[in-house]
Amino acid sequence: MQPPSTPAYHAAFPVYPKNKPSKNNPAKNHPVRGSLLGIEHLEAYEILALLQLARRMNPVKARPLLRNKRIVFLFYEASTRTRTSFEFAAKSLGAITTLVHASGSSIEKGESIIDTGYTLRAVGADCIVMRHPSAGAPHLMARHLDIPIINAGDGMHEHPSQALLDAFTILKHKKSLKGLQATIIGDVFHSRVARSACHLLTKFGVKITLCGPPEFVPEVAATLVPGLRVTRHLEDAIRGTDVIMLLRVQTERLAGQKISLQDYVSRYQMTAAHLKLARRDALVMHPGPIIRGLELTADVADGPQSVIVDEVHNGVPMRMAILARALGRAK
Amino acid sequence: MTPPEQKSLLIKGGHLIDPASKIDAPMDILLRDGRVAEIAAPNKIRAGGDEKFDARGLIVAPGFIDLHVHLREPGQGYKETIATGTAAAAAGGFTSVCTMPNTAPVVDSADWVEWLRSPERKALVNVFPIAAATRASRGTTLTDFAALRRAGAVAVTDDGKPILQDEIMRSALQLGAELNFPVVQHAEDTRLTENCPMHAGPTSFRLGLRGQPASAEAAIVDRDVSLAQQIHESRLHVAHLSTSDALRAVRRGKRARARVSCEVTPHHFTLIDENVGDYDTNFKMNPPLRSAADREAILVALADGTVDAIATDHAPHAAHEKQVEFERASFGITGLETALALAITKLHREHRIPLARIVELFTSGPAHVFDLRGRGSLAKGNHADVTIFDPKKRWTFEAARSRSLSRNSPFDAWQLMGKVVATIVGGRVVYRAD
Repeated sequence: MQPPSTPAYHAAFPVYPKNKPSKNNPAKNHPVRGSLLGIEHLEAYEILALLQLARRMNPVKARPLLRNKRIVFLFYEASTRTRTSFEFAAKSLGAITTLVHASGSSIEKGESIIDTGYTLRAVGADCIVMRHPSAGAPHLMARHLDIPIINAGDGMHEHPSQALLDAFTILKHKKSLKGLQATIIGDVFHSRVARSACHLLTKFGVKITLCGPPEFVPEVAATLVPGLRVTRHLEDAIRGTDVIMLLRVQTERLAGQKISLQDYVSRYQMTAAHLKLARRDALVMHPGPIIRGLELTADVADGPQSVIVDEVHNGVPMRMAILARALGRAK
Repeated sequence: MTPPEQKSLLIKGGHLIDPASKIDAPMDILLRDGRVAEIAAPNKIRAGGDEKFDARGLIVAPGFIDLHVHLREPGQGYKETIATGTAAAAAGGFTSVCTMPNTAPVVDSADWVEWLRSPERKALVNVFPIAAATRASRGTTLTDFAALRRAGAVAVTDDGKPILQDEIMRSALQLGAELNFPVVQHAEDTRLTENCPMHAGPTSFRLGLRGQPASAEAAIVDRDVSLAQQIHESRLHVAHLSTSDALRAVRRGKRARARVSCEVTPHHFTLIDENVGDYDTNFKMNPPLRSAADREAILVALADGTVDAIATDHAPHAAHEKQVEFERASFGITGLETALALAITKLHREHRIPLARIVELFTSGPAHVFDLRGRGSLAKGNHADVTIFDPKKRWTFEAARSRSLSRNSPFDAWQLMGKVVATIVGGRVVYRAD
């Protein structure tokens, strides 16, 4: 049994997509300018330009840069902060937005990613912001569509907008990224946030230490970018650091692992006492959702060094900048 | 197979490389009635031959044998058929292919083996079916090896799935030993590779994909070699070997004089895990592309004789099975038409492995693994299966022009060296380069 072939689909939609994938090798097609698939392949100057643009974005008093632009939020996975933050960002710039969820759409009926993309393009989408449980799904979409694709998290791969808003948040408190020390604690293996953060911060000369048990921070993690350090000891990781990035412990992932939840808490939980080892002006960050009493204590989460709520807040201007760049309105 | 030809064919002026007969010299060859009638120094063959083939400047070799192809019939004719798959084989210089049984249904009975060999399949080259080792390849009950062999199967395997249970593998090797029948193992401890679309290493970590550890292959090869050493006269063939640890186990078995053999694919000696790039599903296959160190070990083993054969693991898939998320994409790539050129470009040109050794890996090596009598060498009286190629011809492979029904090759648009000029099966030219 064969699903309908894409050429038939093209015949049904003669106008879109404008630049069809070449018959020979669709994989050779490059993503459209403005796409944001990951941090890894971005140049430092591109990141700086985005951060500077975000600083000029005011969600409350924004110019309607994206008036009449249609932005689709294509979410194959649950999301609260990323989705609402992208949505507010788009709307405050005057864009028309719609949300497509995997459940309750043709995706549930077995439509492929590419066909969903062609459909959204055909109804007039100017940009797709997508989250998907499979690493590389946005890259697949970007190879086949002639509109910018924004990765809002793909499997364990990358979460570029989160890394950008984290850098944006750090820069609100620190003069520059260069020379800073950052410590990422927790389940790095499963974390797209950690991968994007490592790529971004390293490009600006931040020294990064990864900390966690081998199940969460395997030795191979140190190969992600040059200069990464891996340690199993929390004290060692925190001492003298400028930025502490905590990751959520996905309790379902502890099942079957050698380390128990209790072990994890006793060895890696961020407490006020631990925090004292870091620099006095160290920032405590977390991409959320936080689980109080697990990866951190409530007093750390609510303490003066915590910028966890700021991160969420900064997500809106950062994503305004990402969308403006995507649609060529980064003026 | 091919009906005996009444006409004779004289291949003149070529340079014959026939490692089994230790010939590496200019020779003329006369083929008659589907057999090799005469081999002699240039211009020494008196009989004229009804037809002549001018092989000046070309290498004449025994017909290539591929121990590992998926021609997808029965049941998956939208990916490939015996007809299209063997056409691709002919274009790649293969005169014999051994088909894997993981079709729909699984080739686990004599009836299906006969079905595969029937002239109705319109095979352009010789098809030697490999049958399932266990019923429906479920890994629990052995198939009737004797009946499968009588029907024409050349070996048994559960390819695509490994035989995990020690006891089943032991009895398969035991039964194989009684019948002098090779058991082919797809070595992968699937308990360690669930949901792992690629090799475990820096690249899989960077891409956020779960990785198959190299040990998942080595563990099974290790166990199988130990079993083969214990079971007198058993024959174990390790399919598409990809890691240096697994090679070590094979070497151990060979040193102990166990009847252990192994094959390596062109993609594993050409590519490494980093080549997956940004989730290119044409670089997704099983076993996955491994580390640079594994590839180095394979190159050494190809040169030093540890590896018995180059096999393509030709695994065609329809576009819609590949143009999906990397994790969901089907495993496998096509390989019949690029195998020789990759061997010449990578092994001969880049790594200085002699052409004669490469020919051996395509001919007498594989013929010996499955006891394909009268093939793999051009001795007088053997089958008139001949591959003629130009080792210096530069060309560009275009997947879109492949004779296979599928296009899933990582080598699209690659500039290669070495091209098949003609493929002769049973004395009949089945492919000629245009």
